[in-house]
Amino acid sequence: MMAPIDARERAQSSTNRREFLGASLATVGCLLLSVRMPAAGAAGEANIRFVPDAFIRIDHSGKVTLIMPQTEMGQGIYTAVAAILAEELDAAFDQIALEAAPPNDKLYANPLLGFQATGGSTSVRAFWMPLRRTAATARQLLVQAAAKQLKVDPSTLSTSNGMVMHSSSGRQVSYGSLVQVAQSLTPPKEAPLKDPKNFVLIGKPLKRFDTPDKVNGKVVYGIDAMPPGLKFAMLAASPVFGGKVKHVDDSKTLSMPGVRQVVVLGDLVAVVADHTWAAKQGLAALKITWDEGNNGQVSSDDIWRKIRASSLKDGAVAKNEGDVVAALKKGELHQAVYELPFLAHASMEPMNCTVHISASGCEIWVGSQVVSRAQGIAMKLTGLPADKVVVHNHLIGGGFGRRLDIDGIEKSVRIAQKVDGPVKVTWSREEDMQQDFYRPVYLDRLSASVLDGRIQGWKHRTTGSSILARWAPPAFQKGVDGDGIDGAVDNPYGLADFHVEYLQDEPFAVPTGFWRGVGPNNNVFAVESFMDELAKKSNIDPVKFRLAHLDKSPRFKTALEMAVQNSNWGSALPAGTGRGVCVSPGFGSCAAAVVEARVDQDGKVHVQRVVMAVDTGIVVNPDTIVAQLQGGIIFGLTAALYGRIDIEKGRVKQSNFHDYRMMRINEIPKIEIFIIPSGEAPGGIGEVGTTIAPPALANAIFAATGVRLRSLPIDQSLLAGKRSA
Amino acid sequence: MASFNLTVNGEAKTVETTADVPLLWALRDILGMTGTKFGCGIAQCGACTVHLDGKAVRSCVLPIGAIGGRRITTIEGVAASAAGARIQKAWLDLEVVQCGYCQSGQIMSAAALLTATPAPTDQDIDAAMSGNVCRCGTYIRIRDAIKAAAAS
Repeated sequence: MMAPIDARERAQSSTNRREFLGASLATVGCLLLSVRMPAAGAAGEANIRFVPDAFIRIDHSGKVTLIMPQTEMGQGIYTAVAAILAEELDAAFDQIALEAAPPNDKLYANPLLGFQATGGSTSVRAFWMPLRRTAATARQLLVQAAAKQLKVDPSTLSTSNGMVMHSSSGRQVSYGSLVQVAQSLTPPKEAPLKDPKNFVLIGKPLKRFDTPDKVNGKVVYGIDAMPPGLKFAMLAASPVFGGKVKHVDDSKTLSMPGVRQVVVLGDLVAVVADHTWAAKQGLAALKITWDEGNNGQVSSDDIWRKIRASSLKDGAVAKNEGDVVAALKKGELHQAVYELPFLAHASMEPMNCTVHISASGCEIWVGSQVVSRAQGIAMKLTGLPADKVVVHNHLIGGGFGRRLDIDGIEKSVRIAQKVDGPVKVTWSREEDMQQDFYRPVYLDRLSASVLDGRIQGWKHRTTGSSILARWAPPAFQKGVDGDGIDGAVDNPYGLADFHVEYLQDEPFAVPTGFWRGVGPNNNVFAVESFMDELAKKSNIDPVKFRLAHLDKSPRFKTALEMAVQNSNWGSALPAGTGRGVCVSPGFGSCAAAVVEARVDQDGKVHVQRVVMAVDTGIVVNPDTIVAQLQGGIIFGLTAALYGRIDIEKGRVKQSNFHDYRMMRINEIPKIEIFIIPSGEAPGGIGEVGTTIAPPALANAIFAATGVRLRSLPIDQSLLAGKRSA
Repeated sequence: MASFNLTVNGEAKTVETTADVPLLWALRDILGMTGTKFGCGIAQCGACTVHLDGKAVRSCVLPIGAIGGRRITTIEGVAASAAGARIQKAWLDLEVVQCGYCQSGQIMSAAALLTATPAPTDQDIDAAMSGNVCRCGTYIRIRDAIKAAAAS
């Protein structure tokens, strides 16, 4: 059994690069292998470069250690990557150990994102082939070493469970005992990869090894870091986005028990205390006058007026095939507009960061999806070099895209610069919800013509904030945000006359960021709602209408057929109950789902059942696929039912779980997941459930009530008294 | 400032603080027991759930001065009870956990449920567990794991 990861140990191991290399090189006699990562931003295989320092380490005991660039936030990536490595190396699963990689974009960039980042459901997709190739090379080296030691031909040897076997003589040697010899050999240029039909770990449900410490209180998230001498802080940033501190009256606060210090910076105020409660009470007792700047009157209505007007303009062309203008004139023309709200992440672990700035440098304890950026912002603020800024990256108590931004680390370092000794800055839930980087509002305009049940022309314009323009400016090219059109350009319906535009429209005041499901969230909602509308106008069953357009997309067709077959599609339902369907591209997976929902006389929606089928390529850990889809579906349904962030007077109106509701256990539908066997490369899975659930639910509500919902969250008042017989 | 004598997981602990400090922050910041989690601060999410004489309570709104002599059990000590150990085992057997941040609270609520109601119905589970939010959406497995623990 694999040893559970001790997050404290992990944090210790992820220190700065010099320490890290020193420790590794001190382990004399290990077999060290570089992992072949494609260069940042490289397109395909041609640009693969060899990185000499990122490595897998095999020691004399046979323990295999991978320096792990990706962050574990509950998605099971540690276990999946360990399985891939063990599989191709033919090591026993319990021989594999992972160490969190230190911040270093040169060595540990995510090949699909270009730097050290965990997001976009990319981890398995990005590391699948580099890891397999490196592990295969290692296995080959060990076989050669065994051949030398046993004085036999390498072709007479086989490997399994960390042993090399010579079956004709019955002799076998362990990987650990071969390390010394293997070190002296030249690695083969090309080691053969295992035939997937011989996989023994990949495709089997594996126990996660980050979970045992998560059921006994031992796991240490960033918020649990407790360096000696720690003080505790809470902060208040300007409630109006972009506002500044004008004046602070701290006379009452400084006399409160446990309060140590009030830190006033340009845009925020923090109270430092002996414990978090004292900091919270001290913060509440401050009289802060804010200079609201220019945003003090901004409301959601202003933001919607702006984006609606903006969306009428032409956008930048993201994809154009055939002659869409001519095609839109054939048959009956349909048009629709879909609107999606701002959303907060509300991860269960509120934003937090612990920082200690001392004469010897800056030390940070945090859970981040972008550890090299975490280090970078601290270097920028303190002026310290990389080897003086140590980042302990912890397991994450919910990422969902929130921890792809480093605003929390930036604020905490600035506060820590004013504090003597280590300080843990914890966001109250209210601060967390009101100082987020929000899933932007989106507006999707769709036009299509239909003739004899076939779509002729299709035009889709997505208008919204460009997150990439802020987060990765080089990726925002020619006015097209590649994330913003994801799920629109890869429309699976084989449309010959097809046109997609992107139009950047930044909302007043509100910062925007990645949110689970990213670009496909709005695009799949728009496309799949519109497909239902087109089917209805054509008097064709929504499933039949989709199937008629999927001949060129066999993986989607199979997924749709499987979801439908298992959902009792077409069978009678009680009044007020309906089924809705959705086909979802994105993340390299092909998925379809059927949602069954009941609508009360008062308009309340009860989601009863979700049947989902997915072809996500080769599956590494099927239990994780099911878990991610169950959770992703609930995340998407929660947004569809309840999710909205409103802006009033430049501030976020919602503040905590009472007015930004989550689905709870009593509301959860039956969820059935069907994984389609596939030999394709692995797809991403963490976000697919989130994108697929809302449109399927909206379509089910239409079937139940005849009411077409073109915006989210679901407006119960539109549904009251609308149950169809 | 006053002195509060607490019994946490069977051990005597003394905390010097003011009576208004919620048990959550006394556990985490003063006693250094970080297994109990902060989620919302207003008893809306259940991440901070502990037992007081075996009953599930939200420690973020429980002032330390209101505890008196009642016994406190946290996630670090829940394995000592038969129900707690069975719940923890079922959680791992059914691979309930994702990010795990809410799971201390989920396990504490589930263990209290199982102690009071050895064979809970779906309605019992809804009533006992609907105060605990899981953002990863592990609810289906939570329900299944409670049933598995009850049957074990």
